[in-house]
Amino acid sequence: MEKFEDKVRITGIGISEVGRRLMRDPVELAIDACMSAMADAGLERGDIDGLSAHPGPQTADGYSGAGVSAVEEILRVQPKWFNSSHETPGHTGAFVAAALAVAAGLCRHALVFRCTWETTAPALARDPRYNVGQSAPGRAVSGEIQSWRIPFGAYSAGNWIGMAATRHFHLYGTKREHLGAIALNARRNAALNPNAIYRDPLTMDDYLNARMISTPFGLYDCDTPCDGAVAVIVSHRDAAKDTRRPDPLRLEAAGTQVTERWSWDQGVLDHEVMLAGPAKSLWERTDLKPKDVDVAELYDGFTFNCLSWIEALGFCKRGEGGPFVEGGTRIARDGELPLNTHGGQLSGGRLQGFSFLHEACIQLWGEGGARQVPNRPQVACVSSGGGTPGGALLLARP
Amino acid sequence: MTDTALRPFPAITPQNEFFWTAGAEGKLRFKRCRACCTYLHPPPPVCPECLSKDISVEDVSGAATVAAFTINHHQWRPAFPPPYVIAIVEIAEAPYVRLTTQIVGCAPEAVSIGMTVQVRFEQVGPAWLPLFAPRED
Ligand SMILES: [Zn+2]
Repeated sequence: MEKFEDKVRITGIGISEVGRRLMRDPVELAIDACMSAMADAGLERGDIDGLSAHPGPQTADGYSGAGVSAVEEILRVQPKWFNSSHETPGHTGAFVAAALAVAAGLCRHALVFRCTWETTAPALARDPRYNVGQSAPGRAVSGEIQSWRIPFGAYSAGNWIGMAATRHFHLYGTKREHLGAIALNARRNAALNPNAIYRDPLTMDDYLNARMISTPFGLYDCDTPCDGAVAVIVSHRDAAKDTRRPDPLRLEAAGTQVTERWSWDQGVLDHEVMLAGPAKSLWERTDLKPKDVDVAELYDGFTFNCLSWIEALGFCKRGEGGPFVEGGTRIARDGELPLNTHGGQLSGGRLQGFSFLHEACIQLWGEGGARQVPNRPQVACVSSGGGTPGGALLLARP
Repeated sequence: MTDTALRPFPAITPQNEFFWTAGAEGKLRFKRCRACCTYLHPPPPVCPECLSKDISVEDVSGAATVAAFTINHHQWRPAFPPPYVIAIVEIAEAPYVRLTTQIVGCAPEAVSIGMTVQVRFEQVGPAWLPLFAPRED
């Protein structure tokens, strides 16, 4: 039976300026990324008939820079279908939703985007000239998840995921040097990516001696907030011929399932939570196996998220991620599983899951320049989801 | 002084009030399904195991085991000077029920996975927060 994935193609990608405290209107960044993706596909505004974004309208804390409404107010594409929400299979759940809509015939060319302004928003909030941003937080914490952990000083995802990493160390003998191999690999790749935030060399000594944030995470286990936007165009396969791309990319499979407790502490304790479901459903929807993946762009909000994904997706057995990445040879650009070839979010900047999708397209199209993986990759694995439910994608050349 | 210098507390709701105020009596209590005896946390209106709405509230001993932890070294808010230990503990009567909490009463370096701990309460605003300290025995 034909899958919905078979009916769609990726025909264009775009990215805005990426940086820290750009002090630019985030909606402008979103439009830049969208226009760049349309130009890449050779499509005009009038060709776009679907819009999909994560995670919803602009937020004062910077997590969202622009939602569908803000972009439509400018692009005026009069979408026949749109979607913008947070409770999706990973950040790139917005991409899966667009692919479903295109496959179902609701639209033919859907523009999918993600914009963040996490370094400009706090700067504006601190600026006495403006009356924007967060007001002083009250003491009463509400929310079905936050109210159970903020009162105990567990403010950061670094705390929540740090606990899982500690348990992983305890159960499987994983070491800081293992997580460090992921951080160093990201930095080596970022050095070759002109759009990356941190490009200076990073040594294992630098990594191990950096200040601790929340054990076992030091500074270089944490990704870096930034401003920027990414856009991707999902087209119906029959409409792909109207684009500039002679070799639009296939969506081989989407992994979208939830199989664990929707919780940071009631379910899985030795992985980033909610990764097993997307991994399971991804492999159920394809005949390909982990060994067929030529390049992996896996979510690394923290180094340990990436290690969790390596195990959850079956690139190695659970608990064996440490030895798998040890020394960094296997995950290097010329290794058996090139990993986060753009520098990930650790060194490339926290583009909220979408830089992995963008980079997978770059690598499959052979447009990586200095950071291009040798022997043109045919299959790329992408994951997103920083503790929201995760999502996984397999992309392939035609 | 801004609000961030004071410890935050959970918003008290009709659904969670029994939990956050039980510490006034020195008790740790959870919802429990009368039909299938499953302890339920966070407190749901319907039992996810058997879909019964016949749910009671029961005291437990307050004993628990550390399942995961992190020593936090970064100052996120003035109310929480580092270092301090954040942990997930498993409740003795039902290890599938966990609490994210703080381990107190010992040096951060003394905390380990598998360590047995006992609840002790700290009142913050309208809530009695269940913290955990190493057990004497
Ligand atoms: Zn029940």
